[in-house]
Amino acid sequence: MAAFGTVPGRSLQGRGGSPGFRFTVYALLSVVAMYLDQRQHYIDQVRYVLQAAAYPIQLAVNSPPAAWAWLRETFATRQALETENARLRATERELQLRSMRYEALERENGELRGLATALPPVADRWLPAEIVSIQLNSLRQRLLVDRGALNGVFKGQAVLDEHGLIGQTTHVGPWSAEVILITDPEHAVPVRIERTGLRTIAVGAADTTSLALPYLPANADVQRGDLLVTSGLGGVFPEGYPVARVTEVHRDAVQPLAQVRAAPLARVDTDTEVMLVWFRADHPAAPASPTAATPGSGSLGELRQGNPAMQPQAKPQAATPPSVAPTTNGPTPPTAERGAPVTSPSPSNSPSDAPAAGRPHDVPAAGMSAPKGQP
Amino acid sequence: MSVDSRGRMLLAALVALVLTVLPLPAWLEPFRPAFLVLTVLFWSVYAPRSGGVAFGFFAGLALDVFQGPILGEHALALSLVSYLAVREHQRFRSKPAFQQALIVFPALIVYEFVLFAIDGWSGHPVTSPLRWVHTVTGALVWPPAAAILAYGAGRA
Repeated sequence: MAAFGTVPGRSLQGRGGSPGFRFTVYALLSVVAMYLDQRQHYIDQVRYVLQAAAYPIQLAVNSPPAAWAWLRETFATRQALETENARLRATERELQLRSMRYEALERENGELRGLATALPPVADRWLPAEIVSIQLNSLRQRLLVDRGALNGVFKGQAVLDEHGLIGQTTHVGPWSAEVILITDPEHAVPVRIERTGLRTIAVGAADTTSLALPYLPANADVQRGDLLVTSGLGGVFPEGYPVARVTEVHRDAVQPLAQVRAAPLARVDTDTEVMLVWFRADHPAAPASPTAATPGSGSLGELRQGNPAMQPQAKPQAATPPSVAPTTNGPTPPTAERGAPVTSPSPSNSPSDAPAAGRPHDVPAAGMSAPKGQP
Repeated sequence: MSVDSRGRMLLAALVALVLTVLPLPAWLEPFRPAFLVLTVLFWSVYAPRSGGVAFGFFAGLALDVFQGPILGEHALALSLVSYLAVREHQRFRSKPAFQQALIVFPALIVYEFVLFAIDGWSGHPVTSPLRWVHTVTGALVWPPAAAILAYGAGRA
């Protein structure tokens, strides 16, 4: 190991050779591990085992806050419980009133769409999961929840709370899963502005409480207070779930793009439980699954084989129109300069398959896959 | 090195790991010193035979599992830091604690730079200057941390 010349006679020759030699071996091992993790996904199994091994430590680290919460709950006063009970009862009554017309509306909706029977709700199954630990800083915003592969949790599963979208699972262990929040700078979620139907991508900003909409042209119709819902593109989140509310729109005369910020609706900082959701794959509002993409798109096929680690959002699909399609005179969406997860939609799509904005189900890929399941 | 000292080393590493993943308020997070890196440095310098590169590698692997975007990133950075520490352990040991802290600072910079570079290459760039803050706090806490680690290692 001439490259790492150790001073001779230092008598550090343990079992594994000189430090320089050992360093070379371990450095190579790390590089191989990184390569495999990044490019090949061969060591997903290894990660699964390691995550299982790490879970007890994570539980132990979280035990003081958990114990404190338990103590507080145990010694909650009767009055506090009664107040909470009353509040819950009021909420329940309100929800029941609101859902009273739900069945009728659902049937009506089905009739309008020309379907013989009403569609079942897009969410097939819910699983509440408790938050074990939260990492909230400007660099990384992750949750660890106490459900894992043994509960059927899979990678890239949507996570919600009762107010809105929280994020998606990234690493799944047997008993735990890591959730990347939508506010994480590495995360991007395809959204639609509810008022106008304009589709775009919401990227996690560098702070914990806001999302940025970096791909909206300066003349885009977006206002403070606009609700952003998931657009159903991207293959992870189904269509129509609330994500965030626009808090700030800044238009600069010299900038081609508007600077838009939005505040997520989910309240991660106060939640103790989140919901993992399974969706019906054959539902029109279901996330457009990569398998539903039309074949025969050569260049996009290559895109689909891109590195999945760099694309927590599912890969771009043949039928996915550019997200800023409704404003075709705007600039083409910039290629994701931060790399990966911000999978910018492929500009090679013909604008003809960009649907009119604001249609109730403007999810072309899902629309194509839907008739298979529907009579 | 005896089995006993190896046990103490692992215990110190476990405590450091817990301190590393312990939840902190968001504003305090960037100031958290890299406790596990300090522990690896200490053991590489004071017990280069039981500590050293292998210890650094596996400690880094543990960090990767807890907070690395890809497996092997922290492992590489910590192997490098512990290799440098083992190489220079005699010179390092002879210095007073204050000067040691001045050496720990560039070591932490090297560590963070490796992470920074790998983050960039692997497509998870985090360019916020906040990521460098812990190198300063790490150097500042080195004298007391080294004293505590020495006590834990049964040398005080």
